Amino acid sequence: MTKMLMIYPDRCTGCHNCELACSFFHDGEFRLHTSRIHVHTWEMEGISVPTACGQCEDAPCVMVCPTSAMHNDPAKDWIGWDSAKCIGCRMCTLACPFGAVVYDVSSRRILKCDLCDGAPDCVAFCPVDALEYVDETDAARARRKVVATELKRTYEEVR
Amino acid sequence: MYGWIGFLLRINLSTGNVSKENLSPEVARSFMGGRGLGTYLMSREVSPAIDPLAPENRFIFAAGPLSGTNAPSSSHWNIVTKGALTGTIASSSSGGMFGAMLKYAGYDALVVEGRAERPVYIWIKDDKVEIRDAAQLWGQTTPETTEKIRKLTDEEASVSCIGPAGENLVPLANVMNECNRAAGRSGVGAVMGSKNLKAVVVRGTGAVRVPDAGGFRSAMVKAKEKLKAHPVGGTGLRLYGTDVLINILNESGGLPTRNFQESSFPTADKVGGESLAKRLLIRARGCIACTISCGRATKVMNPEFKGQGEGPEYETAWALGPDCAVDDLDAITKANYLCNEYGIDTIGMGSTVACAMDLFEHGVITTEDTDGVALTFGNARAMVDMVRKTAVGEGFGKKLGLGSYRLAEHFGHPEYSMTVKKQEMPAYDPRALQGMGLNYATSNRGGCHVRGYMTAVEILGNPVKLDNLATEGKAQWDIIFQDLTAAIDSCGMCLFTTFGLGGDDLAELVSAATGVKFTTEDFLKTGERVWNLERLFNLKAGFTGKDDTLPQRMLKTPISAGPAKGHVNRLAEMLPEYYALRGWDADGVPSPERLAALALSPLP
Repeated sequence: MTKMLMIYPDRCTGCHNCELACSFFHDGEFRLHTSRIHVHTWEMEGISVPTACGQCEDAPCVMVCPTSAMHNDPAKDWIGWDSAKCIGCRMCTLACPFGAVVYDVSSRRILKCDLCDGAPDCVAFCPVDALEYVDETDAARARRKVVATELKRTYEEVR
Repeated sequence: MYGWIGFLLRINLSTGNVSKENLSPEVARSFMGGRGLGTYLMSREVSPAIDPLAPENRFIFAAGPLSGTNAPSSSHWNIVTKGALTGTIASSSSGGMFGAMLKYAGYDALVVEGRAERPVYIWIKDDKVEIRDAAQLWGQTTPETTEKIRKLTDEEASVSCIGPAGENLVPLANVMNECNRAAGRSGVGAVMGSKNLKAVVVRGTGAVRVPDAGGFRSAMVKAKEKLKAHPVGGTGLRLYGTDVLINILNESGGLPTRNFQESSFPTADKVGGESLAKRLLIRARGCIACTISCGRATKVMNPEFKGQGEGPEYETAWALGPDCAVDDLDAITKANYLCNEYGIDTIGMGSTVACAMDLFEHGVITTEDTDGVALTFGNARAMVDMVRKTAVGEGFGKKLGLGSYRLAEHFGHPEYSMTVKKQEMPAYDPRALQGMGLNYATSNRGGCHVRGYMTAVEILGNPVKLDNLATEGKAQWDIIFQDLTAAIDSCGMCLFTTFGLGGDDLAELVSAATGVKFTTEDFLKTGERVWNLERLFNLKAGFTGKDDTLPQRMLKTPISAGPAKGHVNRLAEMLPEYYALRGWDADGVPSPERLAALALSPLP
């Protein structure tokens, strides 16, 4: 069974631990600018929403890549990027509807979530479980449970 | 350098000159950063006797070696200057993103000097630094300023700014960061306003590096686990915020009420963290790298006090609440929003309104002074209305903005002001917490709980529980907390990490981040060095041991009811011991021997 990165904005505190963990895992330094996951905050409304690559099945970044540097890796069930094949044309950046693929000028490379090769550090360092790495078919379980809990409470009240 | 970036940015607003300087490794080693580094720079560059609002005063934004890393709750940075409210050295710690962002931009600290001819803001994008016209931002609230400035610069920029209160040089003014994080107390907002500096805006794309990623990772993970396992640092603060303390202090008989006339509040629960969580909380919020999440995103639906933003935390809920005998959480929260928007310190604001209510009820002032408002204890509407009036200097608000000391003095009764060194005491009654009283009296920035958090041992039992009504041994504990806090404020950590972490854990984190070995003893000694340097600054600014005291009400009027009934603060039993243990003489002057041991010398 394959896994996916599940995001719960309702739990997110806007602490950026995921971004710090991401840059530290990949580059051994703390640099929000090169994180592959991004947290967007609306301070006055008290809400933050993390976004990252969803590892699409029909991935636009793969379809537009002229050299197959960006490729679907069925063995790992993720979208991989091969630096040796990349010509730096930024077509993937243009194509991605989520803004999850960017070209980093300072290091001349593509920055895109690679799920830390199967154990995402953003998930490990999220202090409030706003990020989970879960089996795909069970991904919505936590969200269903919230709804079910509300219903349970209601039924208990009316009984 | 590792941990540190190794550079300071200096901007002279009088000349427009911008320069980049090296941070010397020796200074970094001796003062770490944040409050310590800022105090070091102040002691070298500023004559302590100057007028805080003079162009010669420095306004320093300083991050610590851990700021910008993933050490748990390492978001903190400090504004260091000579305070407009107190005339003492001021160091205001704030969380948020600003400190980390300053480091990503390539600087450990920003030193602002001089005074711009007209309102300006500073825009820092890595190496590119601009002083820009702020005419269109002047007069705007802090959220308006933040939003507009991001449109003019970068939507992800970190914005540190003043509101109308700072512009109007109100001594109670603070500096707001990313809308909801405050660098408060001591009148730092007025100093920023005196420089005609509306905001500092930073976007950094660089990195903070550590010498050994594996080593840092293990120290960081260990610290995060310890913090997570602590009932307060791990879960309590996230669930209920700091406001959880309302009921705890009330039950201990240490919750100052009605301008410290009493120390318990019958309806305290209505304004406590549990009620807040049930009624107004949307979700917990955290600063960068935070695992504690004490921030409160809240919303008030009550049409009279409608609003949205962050807060209140404990001090705010108390100052605008029980201290004014107000138990309407909607009103308190609304007043908190207004303080944030106008850029006013919430403790100073609440306590000054409480002082005015005390003066009013004792007939010292009348409706003729208060613009016709019956400023009685419990008048929530009046309390809320006074915030805006204070910020813009309208009517009675002009006098409130001076802070409670100058207000009460103006009407000939300074004894109604619950201040130390002209700064309002926070939410722990020094008659019920004897050691906290000693901490207030000796604090280098006037009445303040976050110089030495004696509540930890006197009430919460962290790491041990002492008798809060006893004076024995309190001097030694005060010194430990004051030195530890000065070190924490200098390394870039949040003070709340002490709910789980000790000096040994923090020293290990600093060592792992910088590659410079700090033992626990080194770490605490750095704090002691900072504390003594602050003291030297204040002595040259004209303060003496006589200023290490408490309001007469704390020393002479016993608490009338509750668990601390009959007690006054017995400062005289503790202060001589405190001086002796500090290695200071009977007048509170550090001895040459103690200074030599700390590698300090008296200021010229």
